[in-house]
Amino acid sequence: MTDATQGPDAKTGVTPDTGLRIVEEELAGPVLAADGTPLRRSLNKALRRQKLRALALIAPLLIFVLVTFIAPIADMLFRSVENQIVSETLPRTVVALRDWDGEGTPDEEVFRDLARDLVIAAELKNHTRLGSRLNYETTGASSLLRKTGRGVDDIGEELTDQFIALNPAWEEPATWIALMADEGWIADQAEWAAEKEAAQGPFTTREPAFRLRDGVAEMLPRTADIYADFARLIQTEDRDSPTEEEPWNIVYQALWEDLTLGPVTLPEDEPLLAEAAVAAPTFDALSVTDAFVDMDRDWADPELWGTIKAFSGKYTAGYFLAAADFQLTADGIAAQPEDRQIYGLLFGRTMFMSLTIMVSCILLGYPIAFLLANLPMRTANILLILVLLPFWTSLLVRTSAWKVLLQQQGVINDILVWTGIVSNAGRLALINNQTGTIIAMTHILLPFMILPLYSVMKTIPPSYVRAAKSLGATNFTAFRRVYFPQSVPGIGAGCILVFILSIGYYITPELVGGTTGTFISNRIAYHISSSLNWGLAAALGTILLVVVLVLYYLYDRIVGIDNVSLS
Amino acid sequence: MSDARETAFVEFERVQKSYDGETLVVKDLNLSIAKGEFLTMLGPSGSGKTTCLMMLAGFETATHGEIRLKGREINNIPPHRRGIGMVFQNYALFPHMTVAENLSFPLEVRKVGKSEREERIKRTLGMVQMQDFGGRRPAQLSGGQQQRIALARALVFEPELVLMDEPLGALDKQLRETLQFEITNLAHELGITTVYVTHDQTEALTMSDRVAVFDDGRIQQLAPPDELYERPDNSFVAQFIGENNTLAGQLTQMGDHRCLVKLDDGATIDAVPVNVSKPGERTLVSIRPERVEIDPELGPDAHTLDAEVLEFIYMGDVFRTRLRVAGRDDFIVKTRNRVGQKRLTPGQHVKIGWLPEDCRALNG
Repeated sequence: MTDATQGPDAKTGVTPDTGLRIVEEELAGPVLAADGTPLRRSLNKALRRQKLRALALIAPLLIFVLVTFIAPIADMLFRSVENQIVSETLPRTVVALRDWDGEGTPDEEVFRDLARDLVIAAELKNHTRLGSRLNYETTGASSLLRKTGRGVDDIGEELTDQFIALNPAWEEPATWIALMADEGWIADQAEWAAEKEAAQGPFTTREPAFRLRDGVAEMLPRTADIYADFARLIQTEDRDSPTEEEPWNIVYQALWEDLTLGPVTLPEDEPLLAEAAVAAPTFDALSVTDAFVDMDRDWADPELWGTIKAFSGKYTAGYFLAAADFQLTADGIAAQPEDRQIYGLLFGRTMFMSLTIMVSCILLGYPIAFLLANLPMRTANILLILVLLPFWTSLLVRTSAWKVLLQQQGVINDILVWTGIVSNAGRLALINNQTGTIIAMTHILLPFMILPLYSVMKTIPPSYVRAAKSLGATNFTAFRRVYFPQSVPGIGAGCILVFILSIGYYITPELVGGTTGTFISNRIAYHISSSLNWGLAAALGTILLVVVLVLYYLYDRIVGIDNVSLS
Repeated sequence: MSDARETAFVEFERVQKSYDGETLVVKDLNLSIAKGEFLTMLGPSGSGKTTCLMMLAGFETATHGEIRLKGREINNIPPHRRGIGMVFQNYALFPHMTVAENLSFPLEVRKVGKSEREERIKRTLGMVQMQDFGGRRPAQLSGGQQQRIALARALVFEPELVLMDEPLGALDKQLRETLQFEITNLAHELGITTVYVTHDQTEALTMSDRVAVFDDGRIQQLAPPDELYERPDNSFVAQFIGENNTLAGQLTQMGDHRCLVKLDDGATIDAVPVNVSKPGERTLVSIRPERVEIDPELGPDAHTLDAEVLEFIYMGDVFRTRLRVAGRDDFIVKTRNRVGQKRLTPGQHVKIGWLPEDCRALNG
């Protein structure tokens, strides 16, 4: 070192040193382009065209992915909290229930609102959907609502008869129109009816939408409310005219309630109403509560009402609570009964088995990948084809093959018995349990571990190990200190692939897992296709997604995602 | 190095190597390297030089023959117990370790204590002028810096023998020249025996005590650089080392230190016989371009040849003239650019000549 002409030579490009220098230069002020604009801006301008072109190139795929993948997933995630059905189907009941304290059966007023809601729901055939929804929380709600939907029309029948007996005019649709409808609407309707009469052939113009008379909602609130719905449904669902239809029993029930319960101020010029107002308190009215309880005793059950109250919001955490083995009651969050707590167990099992599969994939895959990476090209290619061979066989076929191999009378047990390792009576249970799932899935996911490992190992030059040996390291030390650390990115990539694939795996656990070897995905599939509880399925799926993302984040923090190499 | 055999530090004896069992990559290699010697293995790719190095390092096993280190046969000693430092072609610095950790590695596996490790790392980094770079990762270093670290790592455990496999191949010319100089100085200062493999003849000539020219699995010539250049043993060495003119002919007269060669076009020239023995043999006559004179003023008995200028290239310090001589179009003459030096023009006819001792008759 007598005459070194220069110090350690300069490195071109950004090194930590030059990087610092660059930052310092930037602090001195922005670099300007020839025309005086900041260089950064004019560079951006120059690159914009390029960026737009790049965007245009990926646009078809982007749209495809958005429409077919992102949007459905977002919709699915939304379903896990969405709960509009209760408040949409029972709008009045939900409001009336706010004051209920959760103790005992709600009062008559709630049942009256329920009656009105259910008549409309039954007309729209919505009550069965509500039944299925409530059935997720309280068993029996589905049949209860189906049964109620058939009988709810009869509530108030006795009042209808008494009103008509009082004055046959109450039977006439025209009486109701005169009482309820807006004068302008009456005129419009008459004009429409005349046009319809005059028209030759088919007449497609719809009847003008029904409008309530001003002031009637204040005068007879319940009647006006239900009559408006009646008129609307007659028009939209039955394609009929309220001018020709006698109102439902529930409308008479509402009128009776208005006349007897509310402080009514009747106008002078309504003799019909005045007459009814006088007679109504003497009518022989039945309790709506009794009518419901007669239809089904469950209506007296506070638990059912608790459920309705708990799920009356537009959005609910109920599905997520259910997915975490809790339930939402009127009193708040409570643990599921012990015998219904399955999701915690399933999530735990899914994690544990995925980890086991991942570890067995590392143990089996690492030596193979090492061999592949260190063999001559020709031999390695042949071996690689053997590794890839399973990919060319149907997943179903491979899994079924494991069924043949692993079952009690299967090939493996037969061999073990034949060689005397196990007795005929002590045949091993290798399938329809966790063992079966782990064996079959390790086999199926092994290539996903081997390929990234192989591609990383292929890039580790043999000179590193040679250098380590020449520096005095034994084979083992050279492997442990030099080769293995450099193959870690491959292990990382393989682990992420295998773990994430296995955590959501469905077919194999379904076929070989029995009851103890199934994953959370099997439960999700069950809720999607059998129980049709999509909300719960969505909640379970969301939790799974979040768990994967959290693991991914932890992995990034611990190993570093830069250390992952897929090619 | 006439006493190489007696004080042989490294010895190859009748070593052969075959990878496929059909062809020999190294054929009957015999080589002794003295302690402290800087020996370069030079040759075109595929000549077997790297294989020899790998056999010495222990990464390849000799198919036949014996390799001895300090008189002890090492054929069956695994590489990690040979205690040979090695610098690899692409440095092979461990990318997941810092520079200091890279240097610490050979000491750790030798169970050197922590304080001594740090002391030695510091000293070795100082030797290659990289003392401030201990905390860097190899990827944060330039090629030349990596090269220095690779060298430091090969030296840090104080081996007596260091092998270098084309260590400067990936560097630019200027850096290469600086490092050539540093490596030779360091090797001589520390008294290390160095075996250096390269295909760059300039590197071989400037760095080495002796150069072993490899071709076709054999050492074609083993000699100090000057001898190699001025007195090549055969036409391969003559061609491979430096620029060279060859003229084909037939030996007509054989003397002790002189012979006469009749060229294919009928002209006769004097030459020094090197590995030709009897008249009538085919021979290739070799003359270095800078030893040729144009329109020479030589003695009356000296032979001259007629030549036609084909091309004249001005290269700054020298003129390079391509001539047609004895029916060949590739005869090169280099003349120094000095005051009054004639500049030839293509088409001109000139006489060329040289001192007979510069003209060597080699095997045909």
